[in-house]
Amino acid sequence: MPSYVIPAKCTGCGDCVNICPSHIMRFTKSGLFGRKAYNAEPEMCWECYNCVKHCPQGAVQIRGYQDFTPMGGAVEVYRDEKTNRVYWTIRYRNGTIKYFVFPIRTTPWGSIKPPTEYPEPPKELLRTPYLSCEHEQLGGNKLGVELPRYKVPEVVKVEVRG
Amino acid sequence: MVRVRYVDADILIIGGGMAGSGAAWEARYWCRNCRVVIAEKANINRSGAVAMGLSAINTYMGLKCKENTVEDYVKYVRGDLMGIVREDLVYDYARHVDSTVHLFDEWGLPIWPNPQTGCYVREGKWQIMIHGESYKAIVAEAARKAVGEENVFNRVMVTHLLKSPSNPNRVVGAIGFNVNDGTVYVFRAKATIVSAGGGSHVYRPRSQGEGLGRAWYPPWSSASSYGLMIEAGAVMTMMEARFVVPRFKDGYGPVGAYQLLLKTKITNAYGQDFWKPHYEEIKKLYSGKGNYPDLPITPTTLRVYAQRLEWMAGRGPSLMRTEETVKKGTESEAIAYEDFLDMTISQVVIWAGQNHEPAERPYEVITTEPYVMGSHATECGAWASGPDDLAPKKIEGLPDDRGYQYYWGYNRMTTLDGLFCAGDGCGANPHKFSSGSFTEGRLAAKSAVLFIMDHSDEKIEVDKAQVDSIITKLMEPLERYERGKYTVVTGPSYMHPIDPTKMYWKQGLFRLQKIMDEYAGGWSTMYVTNEWMLNRALELLQFLKEDFINYAAAQDWHELMRVWELWHRILTAEAVVRHMLFRKETRWPGYYVRADYPALDDENWHVFVNSRYDAKTGKWELWKVPVIHIIPFP
Ligand SMILES: Cc1cc2nc3c(=O)[nH]c(=O)nc-3n(C[C@H](O)[C@H](O)[C@H](O)COP(=O)(O)OP(=O)(O)OC[C@H]3O[C@@H](n4cnc5c(N)ncnc54)[C@H](O)[C@@H]3O)c2cc1C
Ligand code: SF4
Ligand code: SF4
Repeated sequence: MPSYVIPAKCTGCGDCVNICPSHIMRFTKSGLFGRKAYNAEPEMCWECYNCVKHCPQGAVQIRGYQDFTPMGGAVEVYRDEKTNRVYWTIRYRNGTIKYFVFPIRTTPWGSIKPPTEYPEPPKELLRTPYLSCEHEQLGGNKLGVELPRYKVPEVVKVEVRG
Repeated sequence: MVRVRYVDADILIIGGGMAGSGAAWEARYWCRNCRVVIAEKANINRSGAVAMGLSAINTYMGLKCKENTVEDYVKYVRGDLMGIVREDLVYDYARHVDSTVHLFDEWGLPIWPNPQTGCYVREGKWQIMIHGESYKAIVAEAARKAVGEENVFNRVMVTHLLKSPSNPNRVVGAIGFNVNDGTVYVFRAKATIVSAGGGSHVYRPRSQGEGLGRAWYPPWSSASSYGLMIEAGAVMTMMEARFVVPRFKDGYGPVGAYQLLLKTKITNAYGQDFWKPHYEEIKKLYSGKGNYPDLPITPTTLRVYAQRLEWMAGRGPSLMRTEETVKKGTESEAIAYEDFLDMTISQVVIWAGQNHEPAERPYEVITTEPYVMGSHATECGAWASGPDDLAPKKIEGLPDDRGYQYYWGYNRMTTLDGLFCAGDGCGANPHKFSSGSFTEGRLAAKSAVLFIMDHSDEKIEVDKAQVDSIITKLMEPLERYERGKYTVVTGPSYMHPIDPTKMYWKQGLFRLQKIMDEYAGGWSTMYVTNEWMLNRALELLQFLKEDFINYAAAQDWHELMRVWELWHRILTAEAVVRHMLFRKETRWPGYYVRADYPALDDENWHVFVNSRYDAKTGKWELWKVPVIHIIPFP
């Protein structure tokens, strides 16, 4: 099954359940060792790795789709929002290992300035083609050029056949 | 008992993907005292087609560095779609897309800088490279901050749009339910933006077992944008242009960075060029007025077609010659792997299992099953008004009906009042990709703000009886399950229990996919169809529709979501088949071939195909709309 949970590591926190875009990570009925997460619908799993990336315990792993992936390989990931890096380990079936690390963000999480913190736009600009941040009066012009325009005839005549 | 919550909003955004997030940002920028609400089926932090991340931004002009002009872009997109696009809509998002990308840059999306030019590293003429693992998470942060956390309704799937009781042409919100706890949400809104993404799993995927979910477009792209708008009676356009993409086999790893950045060749199985042997034939059949086979960038659909002709001649598969461009332990290897790790990790999982070294051997490239989309190299979606300054205000010689015109006052408003579209949901303007979809969301939202200001004295009315009847319909599959719960006993099966009074979502989905695949140009027929097959598809789809209405059953809230996803897919499939049947030519041979009309026919079909569905009677109406070239053509 594409993603699977190692029960001994799972604390039942629910982060994977919360994030799965396919709504397929679910809890077992609570037992002696508390609730555990599991992939309840592997055939609707995209192997997007979000459950893996978001599990604080490293309890979720992926076993490639059985219908075309030979067993024994693995792709492991650790995503760190403090250093803003994602670390990949690729284990080949024959033992080859490859490591990659890539940046994920250049600013701290939570640092985006919301649109409401820009000065309120003049209403009359609503009827112009400018979007936010494309004009001096709209929080500066991030296009870097004047907004391109093109002359188009107001009325077009067409001949209709058939 | 069903728990119902009413939510009043100025602007309702259905789907918080790329387009929905852009809409959220722009709506709150222009309207400081508006309540903007997002109804999102998943969790906005990782939802939609960018849930896994991306490794490139496919649409960026580079205006400030004078890398491209918007005119050239429109010509490129028009050529790629074999002449048929709404040039007003394409020009519009293209002229704004750079400001979107510069916002992403400021927010912290790592875009590869080019220190020499002070611009970005180009992947191709229109694409730039990013480290995009967290692309969606970053964009979602902006959307959440824009509307306020309390206005993001995660895990709420919208199933139906709401119409005004006094004006059937006016949309006043939508109904959905929380897929975790079953709470029904009735959203009353002055303006509604549909940005619920595209459609995968309408056609049978190539992998049918555990790998069913490994479609190229994600399994959660449930064609809801189309299903919602079709059922509400909005005019749809170009639904026949559902498309296929060439991708690395099985994992559907992207080919962009390999082809464009690393300049890797694709050959047939014998190392030969796939294009030259078919050039003359393609030129004969598909040149049209635009002389498409000779464009500077060969249209996607023709490249795909040439490859397929090679396979059919027995010289397949196509091979990506990675051994010529990827070197172990170098930058090129990191690029090759990051391209997958950022957006299609499965491909690396497969390579790890197969001990595949791209530096040593080529890898197979195939075409996927068809998808219904509006943001990629294709253009399915709603027919929308163009912008004030780019759309011809009036087209003389055609009816005043919005379904024939290009402009009715509000940019990106569909033919229904108060209903806007963006991203995959908006038709006839392809190649938006992630950045253009976000931009189109911004355009739609700004226009929606203008709409509600112009209509500030209008009262939003919702009819209690209409709401109740939708809720009853929405919940029916659950009740149907409860009703017959103990009458039939079967063991646990791969699919679902066998029960002559019920159809479970997966059973219906497999039926749909089989019809579409075998009759409407899926992969199993090498994307070939004809009039007889399409008519047969319609007949079988009609049975499926009836079975859905009479037998659909769901055991829990999650299955109820799957059931309504299926409904949106069925409606979308019907639109696709009707459009394919109507267009009597083959315009995008790589996407599908109408074997009874195998050539491009510019005399009769250099036009949009538009349609309107009447949910009450089940009748469809289809017609042609001329393509107005605002930029000289050819
Ligand atoms: C594998 C892959 C690679 C790609 N590569 C690139 C690339 O390199 N560069 C690039 O620029 N673009 C790329 N794209 C394309 C890009 O991702 C899309 O064009 C873009 O995301 C479309 O935006 P959207 O908002 O229309 O749809 P989405 O981003 O898919 O958003 C739709 C949203 O609607 C929600 N939703 C769906 N149904 C409902 C419902 N009924 N009720 C409520 N919410 C609903 C979904 O959960 C989702 O959040 C790629 C896509 C894929 C899948
Ligand atoms: S995120 Fe990890 S620890 Fe938390 S429920 Fe899921 S598997 Fe268990
Ligand atoms: S890999 Fe993605 S789709 Fe699959 S279970 Fe995990 S989060 Fe869900």
